Amino acid sequence: MAEAAIHTSALQGPQGRRPKSLLSPRRIVIYGLLLVAAFYYILPLYVMIVTSLKGMPEIRLGNIFSPPVEVTFEPWVKAWSQACTGLNCDGLSRGFWNTVIITVPSVLVSIAVASVNGYALSNWRFRGSDLFFTILIIGAFIPYQVMLYPMVIILRTMGLYGSLSGLIVVHTVFGMPILTLLFRNYFTALPAELFKAARVDGAGFWGIYFHIMLPMAVPIMVVAMILQVTGIWNDFLFGVVFTKPDYYPMTVQLNNIVNSVQGVKEYNVNMAATILTGAVPLAVYFLSGRYFVRGIAAGAVKG
Amino acid sequence: MNEPGPGARGNPFFRNAAAKIASLPMILTALVVFVGGTAWTVVYSFTNSKLLPKLNFVGLDQYRRLWSTERWVVSVENLLVYGVFMLVFSLLMGFVLAALMDQKIRFENTFRTIFLYPFALSFIVTGLVWQWILNPEFGVQHVVRSLGFENFTFDPLYNQDIVIYGILIAALWQGTGLIMCIMLAGLRGIDEDIWKAARVDGIPAWKTYVFIIIPMMRPVFITSLVLIGAAIVKVYDLVVAQTGGGPGIASEVPAKYVYQNMFYAQNLGQGFAASTMMLISVAVLVVPWAYLEFSGRQRHG
Repeated sequence: MAEAAIHTSALQGPQGRRPKSLLSPRRIVIYGLLLVAAFYYILPLYVMIVTSLKGMPEIRLGNIFSPPVEVTFEPWVKAWSQACTGLNCDGLSRGFWNTVIITVPSVLVSIAVASVNGYALSNWRFRGSDLFFTILIIGAFIPYQVMLYPMVIILRTMGLYGSLSGLIVVHTVFGMPILTLLFRNYFTALPAELFKAARVDGAGFWGIYFHIMLPMAVPIMVVAMILQVTGIWNDFLFGVVFTKPDYYPMTVQLNNIVNSVQGVKEYNVNMAATILTGAVPLAVYFLSGRYFVRGIAAGAVKG
Repeated sequence: MNEPGPGARGNPFFRNAAAKIASLPMILTALVVFVGGTAWTVVYSFTNSKLLPKLNFVGLDQYRRLWSTERWVVSVENLLVYGVFMLVFSLLMGFVLAALMDQKIRFENTFRTIFLYPFALSFIVTGLVWQWILNPEFGVQHVVRSLGFENFTFDPLYNQDIVIYGILIAALWQGTGLIMCIMLAGLRGIDEDIWKAARVDGIPAWKTYVFIIIPMMRPVFITSLVLIGAAIVKVYDLVVAQTGGGPGIASEVPAKYVYQNMFYAQNLGQGFAASTMMLISVAVLVVPWAYLEFSGRQRHG
């Protein structure tokens, strides 16, 4: 009996079958710890939502964890169209559209450039190409602060400082290391015969890229899109440094709304604005599921 | 893999011309922005540039001023405290969560989704939410007090001595999910036979983790370490959103000092010197790792 017990407990290791009794003490501890952790991670999202649905009188009286007695969507409307940043009172909508206008072309351009880079690095290596790639990867670790001012000068020389195109260039440049790595690894893993057969048929650099590589790169494109959409949407530093107040992205505007020192603090409006700013990356996260994990794993582990 | 291009017989410079032209953005980024930009900043950190960059060399003056400025010294101290705790807790929480997730649990995907979603949010959003939760008038302190514990005090964002821990709570919330994912991938990569052998020998699970699994996961830990380390040095938006560097200058960080001097105080030289210090601290961390990684790769190749 004792022996049998030891035997089964030995089988209950992490790699074994799922144990039949779900409520062994060990299991309770495991689930207990996971639930405590889950509580810590969920709490802020819950508080954000709950606060954004309350009126200010209720916030002043009640506690931030209690659900709203009277649900109101007014804070959301106000956050979207009336909240003040100190510069203007158009709400977050202005920042939202700025961010959309920044994100869409930045994502497209940075992925287009990086996919060509990755393709050249895996199929058309030339003298020095690996050196440039190594510099690129090492560059990913250089703090942005080191390259901020040189980038300002470069953009000013090109006449792009403060403009949307300038910001697109910045996102393309600083997104390049990780995206190039992603595409290079993907294209290198494709069977070499594919490339060789196309070469025999007389296809050139661009022919092979557009007709063979690009159609095969859809999965990695999705991963790159997820990475870039969330990354650029969440950017704050480049938005502050490389744009003018009229083009401030959503994150910058959100910060200006919430941390503005003028007027009475409206916490419900602030939280509604915060959710609105987090909504797009959150939606991307929840919809993409496995791709998101794959993206950060590919990006993080290798980068 | 060096396919001779169509013009292979001619000037070697034109070999692979299309690939070279297509790689121009990458070459320019690597040489002009990464190498050139970095060198430029380092060189100008030895000048007395104020409003505009000027090549008027003053030796180490900017660095001397930097280290005698209280704001900078506080920033560095903050970064050290934040960095040490961030490293320890990220690795600890990341590993423990991953080990718990690896116990053939139910709802694994649900838990993973919960642990990882903050990583999709920006530091601005993270900072603002935690600013609200840690607000002493309405947040945790208020709630606990209203439960009857009248003297309960928990106001990290308004207390100079502990404000950096308030930021830490938010940073861990945002970042540990990623480390958990990396660790979990590492755990899943370990041969099942190791576990079987340990069990046959009657080694308790915790001992197996500490003495066998963790040493085997060395590369995963090093990768996590480098990732966390690089992120620590860059910490900026979170502080801007959560505390604005306050109360006073109690939660200032180096990245903020750089921004302040470059774009507000019109004190470029200070900004360059401070960012060069940031570069050095990353280099101390990354160079040994890159060296190990690179020499490892050569052995394989």
